Amino acid sequence: MMTQYVHQPDFMTGDEFSIPTFSLLNPEGELHSDADEPALERDHARRIYQAMLATRILDERMMAAQRQGRLSFYMQCTGEEAAVVGATAALNDADMIMAQYREQGALMYRGFSIEEFMNQLFGNELDYGKGRQMPIHYGSRKLHYMTISSPLATQIPQATGYAYGQKLAGNGHCTLTFFGEGAASEGDFHAALNMASVHQVPVIFFCRNNGYAISTPAVEQFAADGIAPRAFGYHMHVIRVDGNDVLAVYEATRQARKIAVEKNQPVLIEAMSYRLAAHSSSDDPSGYRSKDEEEVWRAKDPLLRLQKWLLKKHWWSEEEETSQQETLRREVLETMKRAEKRSSPPLESLISDVYADITPSLQRQFDQLKRHIRRYPETYPRGAQSLDLDVGTETDTQGEA
Amino acid sequence: MATMNMLQAINNALDIAMAEDEKVICFGEDVGIFGGVFRATSHLQEKYGKARCFNTPLVEQGIIGFANGLAAQGSVPVAEIQFADYIFPAFDQIVNETAKFRYRSGDLFNVGGLTIRTPYGGGIAGGLYHSQSPEAYFTHTPGLKVVLPRNPYQAKGLLLAAIRDPDPVLFLEPKRLYRASVGEVPEEDYQLPIGEAEITKEGTDITVVGWGAQMEVIGKAVELAEEQGIACEVIDLRSLLPWDADTVAESVLKTGRLVVSHEAPLTGGFAGEIAATIQERCFLYLESPIARVTGLDTPFPLVLEKEYLPDHLKIFEAIRESVNF
Repeated sequence: MMTQYVHQPDFMTGDEFSIPTFSLLNPEGELHSDADEPALERDHARRIYQAMLATRILDERMMAAQRQGRLSFYMQCTGEEAAVVGATAALNDADMIMAQYREQGALMYRGFSIEEFMNQLFGNELDYGKGRQMPIHYGSRKLHYMTISSPLATQIPQATGYAYGQKLAGNGHCTLTFFGEGAASEGDFHAALNMASVHQVPVIFFCRNNGYAISTPAVEQFAADGIAPRAFGYHMHVIRVDGNDVLAVYEATRQARKIAVEKNQPVLIEAMSYRLAAHSSSDDPSGYRSKDEEEVWRAKDPLLRLQKWLLKKHWWSEEEETSQQETLRREVLETMKRAEKRSSPPLESLISDVYADITPSLQRQFDQLKRHIRRYPETYPRGAQSLDLDVGTETDTQGEA
Repeated sequence: MATMNMLQAINNALDIAMAEDEKVICFGEDVGIFGGVFRATSHLQEKYGKARCFNTPLVEQGIIGFANGLAAQGSVPVAEIQFADYIFPAFDQIVNETAKFRYRSGDLFNVGGLTIRTPYGGGIAGGLYHSQSPEAYFTHTPGLKVVLPRNPYQAKGLLLAAIRDPDPVLFLEPKRLYRASVGEVPEEDYQLPIGEAEITKEGTDITVVGWGAQMEVIGKAVELAEEQGIACEVIDLRSLLPWDADTVAESVLKTGRLVVSHEAPLTGGFAGEIAATIQERCFLYLESPIARVTGLDTPFPLVLEKEYLPDHLKIFEAIRESVNF
């Protein structure tokens, strides 16, 4: 690139640039006067809202279940449903999503059933992940949603690689990866953005800037104006969007996807939002932030904002709202009861999938374990139950249809 | 048959794999037009284009992260880490991601197509950061396969097997032998089995086990021992994860004695794993303690490299002591 030579030292900080926030709806669910309404069909808008609502209700119910001791762990998407569902709705349903962990709304939008959520949360015999990961580590091959991995930011360079493969395959698909503003401090984030820009990859980096990495506020995470300015360093398209405004998130992501797929160029989106709930069921935010601060954001609830817009357009009604909430709550509770009663994955699933085939050494370790469990069955009830099932009937590990 | 050095054999394997399957993609630092700092990827970019053989930015965690995603997508990445000493920024991607991809997803997704190639080992005046043998960090990670060839013929056959293996493979190349090891290599496509050791020399008095570059050193030590009338059985493990305990145990049941040698430091080295397994399997047949001839528990030195390395004389002495125990 050409540079201009100057003859006096002139240090820059980036303050020369100011990145605005793209917003379409105000908190009352009305379009800003100079905003264009995105081309969103009625059914599509309803699908988005219903996914956001279902996510909210699932989260409320499952957090309650965790508090009752029925579930070991849970994480809520609460407050960020617009960012997650709005972005997903702007993609082709066959585009790959590589999420961090708080993005169950994306799966909800794509049609992951309540039963599929429950099977993973309870790690039962129908869980696609075979009971190997903590709750909320969902994955679905048929819905193009990569299985969640706990280490932060590892999915970001993977998204770059996945999208590079999509580009070579020439199938017109892209990859969107979600991550938090905290995860963006990891080296993997920088590696991913730089490689995507250098190799011209159709990937969308979607940062949910929700203000907190567990207890660490954003001001202690970075000194710059959020995550968005980092795109300049990689010569990447970037937009900052009001993450609680689903229409703005949708429109920004829709246009980002066009850039990614049509120009084979990566895009960074920074969605400004707020994690209304605790980091996880193991966290208590009262130790690091005030109720007043939470109330400010509760007033900007993304779900209510979209609901108001839909009601004004007569695309949604109070009656539908009531009946939908009731139906969802009932479905969640009934499905939870079924899911928690299901058997555990068979003992065999302890050693399968480490490799494509079980190695002789692992088989020997497994045989030894089985002998031990037969000696002390009461100490290992799940394994013992599975071994009894072994007699006569082959227990098949459940795969995704 | 053609005469090739190890680099040529590796280059030939990559060429065959890329020609056969357009999903095979080679990348890493300097692997593009330059063909890698050791030239293992020479001419591949000319032949298969920039999309399938290219330079990456200088970021190992990015290279392997990218490779994991690419493999999950269904491509067959062959990622190069320029020196095994520089693999550690990618440790998280390898240990937490590559190795666990299939297991954690219940086999919905896997990165079995991935092969990570990296030169390892000392004896080239490389000091701390161009000499390490980090295999034991990775053999402690279920889900990975760890393969190390000893010569050009093995390198080609094992690399082709690694690229086509349904599991991710860490392919550690003994860089001291890149040009020093020359041999006859079939020009056509062939594969050697991963997880099977090879008995490179039969003998009745003592079993000597190693892998990679150390096989050459063991060969010299065994020559000295044979001159003294000690009949050595020599085994090249070829892959450490999984490793062929059956072949080693069968040999030790016959000889009653075992020496294991590797360049990596003693404590926590893979020789310890072999010793533990073999004493379990051959306890009543052992005539002497299992001996380990390894690097010292120090960082890899520079000026005193010769003193540090488990050379043929150290191995010869271990063989003698074992036989005379």
